[in-house]
Amino acid sequence: MTASSHLADDIAVAPVDAVALEARAAELSTRSIKKDAKRRGLELAISMTDLTTLEGMDSPGKVAALCGKAMRPAPGLPSVAAVCVYPDLVAQATKLLAGSSVAVASVATGFPSGRTDLALKLSETRRCVEDGADEIDMVIDRGAFLSGDFAKVFDEIAAVKEACDYAHLKVILETGELATYDNVRLASEIAMRAGGDFIKTSTGKVSPASTMPVVLLMLEAVRDFYFDTGKLIGVKAAGGIKNSKQALRYLAMVNETVGDHWLTPSRFRFGASSLLNDLLMQLARLDSGTYQRPDDFSKD
Amino acid sequence: MRVPVKKTYKLFVGGKFPRSESGRTFEPADAPGTNVARASRKDLRDAIVAARAAQSGWAGRTGYNRGQILYRLAEMIETHAASLVDEIRACSRKSQAAAEREVEASIDLVTWYAGLPDKLQQLLGAQNEVSGPFFNFSTVEPSGVLCAAAPDAPSLLGALAVSVPLIAGGNTVVLLVSEASPLVGLALGELLAVSDVPGGTLNLLAGQRDELLPEMAKHRDVNGLLFAGTPDPELGAASADSVKRVRWADLPERDWSKLDKLCTLHWARPFVEVKTLWHPKAP
Repeated sequence: MTASSHLADDIAVAPVDAVALEARAAELSTRSIKKDAKRRGLELAISMTDLTTLEGMDSPGKVAALCGKAMRPAPGLPSVAAVCVYPDLVAQATKLLAGSSVAVASVATGFPSGRTDLALKLSETRRCVEDGADEIDMVIDRGAFLSGDFAKVFDEIAAVKEACDYAHLKVILETGELATYDNVRLASEIAMRAGGDFIKTSTGKVSPASTMPVVLLMLEAVRDFYFDTGKLIGVKAAGGIKNSKQALRYLAMVNETVGDHWLTPSRFRFGASSLLNDLLMQLARLDSGTYQRPDDFSKD
Repeated sequence: MRVPVKKTYKLFVGGKFPRSESGRTFEPADAPGTNVARASRKDLRDAIVAARAAQSGWAGRTGYNRGQILYRLAEMIETHAASLVDEIRACSRKSQAAAEREVEASIDLVTWYAGLPDKLQQLLGAQNEVSGPFFNFSTVEPSGVLCAAAPDAPSLLGALAVSVPLIAGGNTVVLLVSEASPLVGLALGELLAVSDVPGGTLNLLAGQRDELLPEMAKHRDVNGLLFAGTPDPELGAASADSVKRVRWADLPERDWSKLDKLCTLHWARPFVEVKTLWHPKAP
């Protein structure tokens, strides 16, 4: 047993009050954000978006279109935070995004299931970083986690963090497979203590993906970790966030749970593909006063 | 003494019966004492989203199947004829006999349009003769999502006359029912819900024309408009920005009950698009 494994065994979390958590998340969904605040919120959400394409049929052409849109979603609007692709497309995305503020994020470690051995996970991570990825989105081994082998989960995260070198590490918990809020809280704790820079809800391949109560719970974990250690960890809500109304609810939740310090792309992200178009449509509606047509906005 | 359970007149959007998101109601001019959900701009937006979501599924059905479903709607109207007569009389001064005639005409209108969907290609499409080794076909496709506004009277027949021709062509529709007499128009939702018409194909709103028609004209995700009434150039101008096709059903009042005026291709034709295909002939 390694030293870090002992750390994992020491991690204990208080039970989560599921009723109160869901009630609080529901209450945070009722904030009314209109006019100028809405515009600012929508622009902030754009700047926090990891524009994502993770399909088996992804092509260099699609990534090129995505990178163009990521850098300049529409005239006068900010760039998105990052473009998130599969490892084989990292080199191309890096080339296309060179000189821009948009980061290249890559999923790694046997995404989306995480069911390969550690050596493969590490070599995949190193390869992504060598190809220019600024951020690595790793998946935890849910099989190990659910069978109680927390030390293995911890050690893998720590090893991948080391392999990341200068790149930021986002740890995907895949909360849809963790079954209970207590497990989400525990997995968050393990990911933060093992060295994750971000904790992320989902791969987008499992339903349910990101939900308000789960993200609220992760924000609370991040807040408590900050009080405990002084370290600021980011949160990424990914999967299932399709429209502006949902995005604004998440922003209100971030603001009222962890505060302004987290209302920046370096601490909160949306992992999404269709969300960006809805944000653009709502901003166009604010400008013109007219409801927009999805066909007027590029699909990729 | 038993207290009667009165019906709440709600909207019909995406196969469900919501109240207005605004919480507003209004008392129709012809049915004082009745509170009817008054649709807002956001209800219209939601209805258009529902219609857009339903559009490809509805258009993707065979014309034959669309015809079967419309015929089923006619069956449902026939079955519920007595309650529709009561609802017409509750918001108009029509006699029992006149209300019955309106319901019968409504059934006949829906039946007529039930026969149309699998014949539109033959009636409006063509195989064109061209100079060259090609087949050349003109095929008919639906315009997409349409908004319609019914005349104030007749409230049932008018509502069907401006919406059924459009859905027969494979379009999905958001219909604003009669402003003065909305009861029977909204009751139509109860029949649509049990007649195999997929949710979102025909959505029913009640409310004020002055409030909702300009929004229908401006909304960019609407492909065409069919409004009962005299043409309003301002609405035409508002529609121009998103290149909508606009038609006015500007009939004299007496013609709204004449089936030979209502059951013609004139109503369906503007809301289909003709696509011409060239295909090489085998040598």
